Parts: sequence; structure tokens; C-alpha cells
Amino acid sequence: MAQRKERIDRGIKVRSDDVFVLTSWREMLYLAAPRVVPVVALFVLGLVAGPYWERVLISTCMFALLAISWDLLNSAGMVSLGQALFFGVGAYIAGTLNHYLGLPPGLTIPIATIGGGVLCTVALLPVLRLRGIYFAMVTLILPMMIERVIEATKIFGGTEGISGLSTLGNPHLEFWLAAVMVFVALFGFRRMMGSDYGLLLKGINDNDRAVMSAGMNIYHYKAQALFMSSSVGAFAGAFMTHAYQFVGMPVFALDYSMIPIASVAVGGMGTLAGPMLGSFILVPLSELLRGLGGLRVVIYAVILVVFTVGLPEGIFHYLSRKYNQFERWVGVER
Amino acid sequence: MLEGTLIYGFINSVILMLVALGFSVTFGISGVANFAYGALYVMTGYLSWLGLHALGLPYWIAAPAAVAITAGVAALIYWFILLRVRGLVVSEVIATFGVGLAILELFRYLGFIGFEYTLPPIIDASVMIGDTYVDAQRLCIVATGILLAAFLWFFTHYTKTGLAFRGIAQDERTALTLGINGDKVAALSVAFGAGYGALAALVILPLGTIAVNEGYNVLVNALAVCIVGGLGSTVGIIVASFLIGFAQILTATYLETSWMMLVSLVAILAILVLKPSGLFGHQKQLEERI
Repeated sequence: MAQRKERIDRGIKVRSDDVFVLTSWREMLYLAAPRVVPVVALFVLGLVAGPYWERVLISTCMFALLAISWDLLNSAGMVSLGQALFFGVGAYIAGTLNHYLGLPPGLTIPIATIGGGVLCTVALLPVLRLRGIYFAMVTLILPMMIERVIEATKIFGGTEGISGLSTLGNPHLEFWLAAVMVFVALFGFRRMMGSDYGLLLKGINDNDRAVMSAGMNIYHYKAQALFMSSSVGAFAGAFMTHAYQFVGMPVFALDYSMIPIASVAVGGMGTLAGPMLGSFILVPLSELLRGLGGLRVVIYAVILVVFTVGLPEGIFHYLSRKYNQFERWVGVER
Repeated sequence: MLEGTLIYGFINSVILMLVALGFSVTFGISGVANFAYGALYVMTGYLSWLGLHALGLPYWIAAPAAVAITAGVAALIYWFILLRVRGLVVSEVIATFGVGLAILELFRYLGFIGFEYTLPPIIDASVMIGDTYVDAQRLCIVATGILLAAFLWFFTHYTKTGLAFRGIAQDERTALTLGINGDKVAALSVAFGAGYGALAALVILPLGTIAVNEGYNVLVNALAVCIVGGLGSTVGIIVASFLIGFAQILTATYLETSWMMLVSLVAILAILVLKPSGLFGHQKQLEERI
């Protein structure tokens, strides 16, 4: 007999969705656990990790921010193949301000965050009307172009880059700041996507013409989403610049575009939490594989392909389905 | 000086056209994104090098075998990877780009870098045209380019398979009602495109060494030509490759060689901003922008 899998929401989920969540600790725990556990886990990890792994966690957080900004942009119907653009612009603004004007990180990072967001948004304004793969190609090409321009004109240190930038000081402070920023971005943007405003952005992704016919200026909203996303990316770039005390052409490298996309492919798109989960799997994994040298990129690429083809929904969607629903086989009449 | 620039500009344009033809068969004419194209191009070079030097085969066996293997690998990529994400354009791009990345970086990891990785030229001689020396290999490239472009135009206009390639790009469901199996035709077109790329690699690679980074450059150049020319238009590809080809040579002569790669990037950007469907493209003109 033919069978199909039936999925039904767990009772506890249905109760927790409503005011009944206040009836017992169990329901409250059910809602709170998936949110509190990762936060606590990350801070505990930061406390127990040695100096080396603390650095890894900092860069993991920055990749998580990039992945979140990718997902945010994707939720508004813009597919980017070049998060390196946002990252690199932020990195170069922070680096040059610090090197040439001697501003402290406390000033350069906020300036780079806002300035990078404005700069990237203005740069991409003319192509906002493009959709899908065409927008993706523009974003893929811009960072490559900037890289070549820097190489050819030798501005901002040229191929050598600028080194010897000032740090944030205490490495523990760096970690705490990075971790707090990740969760602020994650929960903040999740909340935003749940609001009417977020619904509008999702609408642009699903069917932009329908949103237009409802009398909304979608380019207005797309530009806003682009600004938010690129600011987050620029923050990550500025932060990493000060963490490594170096800014150079590698900030526009393909890594910063590919790893966020790979994280999204592994974690699952559209949730913001999935990309973060993905980067917390991929970036430490790539540190463990550091000994393999060039083979690392190969493994990355293979993971990317396997997840895109084999589990397109991503780990987060899979986990949340197991958490919220139960499954059973039921017979189907032919 | 001017004569040399013109001749080398012409040859460079034909090289660009050759590189772009295979990519356009898949991406432009059939609407299937194969971003592993650059990797397959480089793979042909390494495969025929391996055939010549590791197995000691004669050229007339090693080269066709490399082309056949490349086309086969492309068909496998379609059948096992692309088929599963068909229709999700972004997933298609990401998956094939990932495959290409894996192939290229695997070659880099295995140590295929150096000056010994060269392919033999088909004819080893040089000719004087006016006051400029041109080696016979470059003339061979021009001949191959003209031949392949002409064949492609004939193939896509006068054979059933070629018409089916164009059919699935225009409307896959309508094509299905006319008895065209979309999956089979798309697999065939991916293999066909890779075969075209492999042929291009065999005539172009003898000009220099086979390098991993060439794979990325080839992809960008092919993309530039296809987008500027307009998807699905053979004439567009020829015109676009001449525009970009001459622009590249002029940049290299009057500015610096390091600006050369920038030309194709700027070309893609400019055309996407000004006229996203390309110079000669008519497909999906309405859908890609509002």
C-alpha cells in the first residue's frame, strides 16, 4: 500500500503559540530553550576557549554576521554573490581612517558601518531594478573590479595593503563585542522580519509586482534593506580590520562571498538563524582542516554542492521541523 | 604599430569568441547555467597534457579523448547535480560554481602549477602579415573560431537538436508539448557546450601555460561576452567579442596590461545597468527588469 508522511504540530507547540504559553514552566521552557541555549553556549565557549580558539570564535561571529546580512538581503529579493563588497568597503574605510587620520577604533568602526552602508547602497542603486541572477552577477563582479583597481592604481597601500593598525585592546573585549553584535543582529532582524515591515520585504521577494500593484514603492524598500544588509557587512569588515590590524586586497577575496553563501546553504535560508548556525559549523570546521592546505577550498566547495543538492532546506529548517512537529506514515488511497 | 594592434586585436577577439561560444550554448541558448565552464576548460588542458606525457599517447588520440571526457563529465554534472536544482536559478549557479571551484582547486592542490604544463601547437611556424609576425597557431585559432561559429549558427537554426536547444530556453513547457524532452536536451546542451569549450582550450592553450587561474578568467570573459551580446544570439556573441576584444588590446597597448581584465568586468557592469538584455538579446526582456 502506498504511504505518505504526515506532519502534525506538536501539542506543546500549539499551546506555546498562544497565551497558554503562560500556563506552565514546560511551555515557557519549550519556547525559551532554542533562544537561550545558543546564547549561553556561545558565551561559555568564549570563556573556556584558549586564545587561539577565541580568535577563531571572533572570526566565526563575523562570518555569521555576513551570512545574516546575506539572508536579510535575500529575504528582500536580492541575491548577492558578493558579500565581499560590503566587507571590503567597511574594512577599507576603517583601515584608511585609522591609518591616515589616526582615529581610534571606537570611532572608525561606527563610521565604517554607516559610511560603508551608504557607499554600497549608493553604488548599487542603479541596479536595484535588476532581479535574480542579473543582480547577483553585478554583486559578484564589483568586488573583483575594486580588487583590480586597487592593484592597478596602487591606492591605499596597493597589493601590500596597510598593516600596523590599532587594535580594540583586550582580546576578551573583542570576543564579547563580536558575540553581542551577532545576537543583536540575529534577534533584531528576526523581530523586524516578523513585523509588517518585514512582511513587506518578504512580499518583494515572493512577488514584487504584486507589492508594486499594492501601491508600494519597492525600490524605496529595497534600498532600505540593502542599506541594512551592507551596514552589517561593513561592520564585520571594519571589526576584522582592527582584529587583524591589517587591511589589504584579500578583504575583497572570493572567500568573503563564498563562505556566507555556503553557511546559508548549510544552515537554511530565510530564517537568519540558519545562516548563523551554518557559519558556526563551517568556520570552525575550516580551522580544523587548516592542515590540509589547498584541499580546504575543495572540501568547502563539495559541502556547498552537497547541501545545495541534497538538503536544500538546510539544517535549521530540518531541526526546527523535528522540534515543532511529529511525523507518521499514513496510508494513501490510490 | 597600428597594424599590429589591429591584427592582435582581431586575434584576441576571436579567442574571446571561441571561449564564449561554448558557454553561450549552455547559458545563452539553452538557458542552463553552467558556471563550472572555466574549470572544464582548464580540465581539458590538463587531461590532454596527462594523456600526452603521463600515458605517452600520440596527440591525435590524447586531444579527442580529452574533449570526449570533458563533455562526458559535463553531462554527469548535469545529470547528478543540475537536474536536481533545475529551475532554481540561484541554486543552479551556486551548485555549478561549487563544482567548478572544487575541480580547479583540486588541480591546484595536486600541484599542477608550473611552466612545464604546456600543450604542443598544432602547426609550429610563423607568418608575416604586412610588417607583423604572427605565428601559425594564432591563425589556426582564427580558422577554428570562424569554423565553430559558423557551425553553431547552422546547428542552432537548421538542425532539430539545435532548435530544441533554443526551444527549452524560450518556454520549456511548450517545448514539452512539442515532444522535446527538456532534461535530455539540457543535458545534451551542457555536454555540447563543454565540448565546444574543450575544443577552444585545445587551440588556445598552446599560446601559454595551462594555469588554474585561467579557469576563473575564462569564466569572467565568457560571461562578459554572453551578457554584452545578449543571451541566445550568435550574432550578439560575435559583435560583443569584437567590442571587448579590441577594447582589451587597446587598453593593454595604451594603458597597462593589468587593466586588461578590468575591461570585461566594466563591460558586464555597464551593459547590466544600461540594457540588461544585452545588445542583441530579445529573450526575457520583460522579466529581468520591470
